[in-house]
Amino acid sequence: MSAAAAGGSALGAARAVFARDLTRAWRRRSEILQPLVFFAITVYLFPLAIGPSEQTLRVLLPSICWVAVLLSMSLTLPEVFAADHADGSLELLALSPQPLALLALMKAGAHWLTSAAPLLVLGGLLCALFGLDAVTLRALLLGLLLGSPVLSLIGALASALTVGLRGGTLLLALITLPMYIPVLIFGTSAARNAALGLPVEAEMFLLSGLSVLALTLTPWATAAALRARLG
Amino acid sequence: MFDRFHKYASPPYFHAFARRLSPWLFGLSAVLFVVGLVGGLVLAPADYQQGDSFRIIYIHVPSAWLSMFVYMVMASAGAVGLIWKVKMGDIIARACAPLGASFTFLALATGSLWGKPMWGTWWVWDARLTSELILLFLYLGYLALQSAIEDRRAAARAGAVLAIVGVVNIPIIHYSVEWWSTLHQGPTVTKFDTPSIATSMLIPLLAMTLAFKTLFAAVLLVRTRCEILEFEQHTTWVRELTLGAESR
Repeated sequence: MSAAAAGGSALGAARAVFARDLTRAWRRRSEILQPLVFFAITVYLFPLAIGPSEQTLRVLLPSICWVAVLLSMSLTLPEVFAADHADGSLELLALSPQPLALLALMKAGAHWLTSAAPLLVLGGLLCALFGLDAVTLRALLLGLLLGSPVLSLIGALASALTVGLRGGTLLLALITLPMYIPVLIFGTSAARNAALGLPVEAEMFLLSGLSVLALTLTPWATAAALRARLG
Repeated sequence: MFDRFHKYASPPYFHAFARRLSPWLFGLSAVLFVVGLVGGLVLAPADYQQGDSFRIIYIHVPSAWLSMFVYMVMASAGAVGLIWKVKMGDIIARACAPLGASFTFLALATGSLWGKPMWGTWWVWDARLTSELILLFLYLGYLALQSAIEDRRAAARAGAVLAIVGVVNIPIIHYSVEWWSTLHQGPTVTKFDTPSIATSMLIPLLAMTLAFKTLFAAVLLVRTRCEILEFEQHTTWVRELTLGAESR
């Protein structure tokens, strides 16, 4: 690994953790694909359940997309720390002299890049395919872009809390989904406003605010959670 | 000054203290319940619009207030346990959670019982109802996490982190839900905003609030005692206490 080359600096360690997670994700590409397939199936289930009326679907589509993103993200969350816990490297990370909060932030960032970013692309494609108009689509995607960091950051925190537990996925969803509600509310209301031709700046600012808040606070909470779990 | 509090951080001392205090709290709570229930259900006049249905506030409002209060107690106790490694903090936080979830459930259930005759529906997507429901989910998540981790110290530490994160999150969730419901629909609950409440209705409400608070404190102490015994089951003082009780 490049840890030795990167030296003992905190930034070097952060870069090494980030690169390691991305490499691992790339080597298990099918694990990136699974949530995407899940997302697509969930989005396609709704027209089957609601009926093929295009008008209803177009109204509901942004909300369906948001809920499907939340569900798919919550399914990928155990991956943030589970593999590291299984092979023992998580304990080495916790023991390292580098700030654990920074390393946790890097892991959340890698999770965002490997799970939220592909969902954004696929969500945009699906919605365009279903005939969502450009203004709404833009608001939906911008909202997802600004809001999804919160999902990864809170998710990493919950993943740290449940690391190494049996039945972790369901527990994780139970813990994270209530905390995802603000993002869901602002994201969907932005898309709804855009569909009505109203301005969406307020929601975008709120989503960015939530992201900044999560970005600054959750890494420390995640580090505390990891220390609590690893003892 | 803090020396006086330090001894309560010791489980054996707290156990004895809780055993002495809880009967008094139960008694006080019973007196307050009698005052509040008689005052609220018998003496207070019927509301000119809602008739007798309004009387459910004597259960609903105290439990709704407690639902948030208990969460704060739980998070503060958890923080004390996490930061200063005080074992009693861990134990109290763990004892709080089922009580808080019960009060939240009670507030929701009485609210929807009242909503059926008043609003004509069991449930409206009102901001307060929704955030109370989310609070219930937060409690359930905490309880699920607690039961998933077998080691008690580890469960307490993880639960404390979750409870503190929840405290940061609750205002955000509350305001976002409020914003969401005002976007969705007009104010359907102006009935709540009665400008003033008659004294004959207010006094029983205050009595019931205090009755609920003391009941919570009393039950919390009993639960804490059980938790202490389970937490400390391998120590000599617990063995002496329980074996002594058996031989007597």
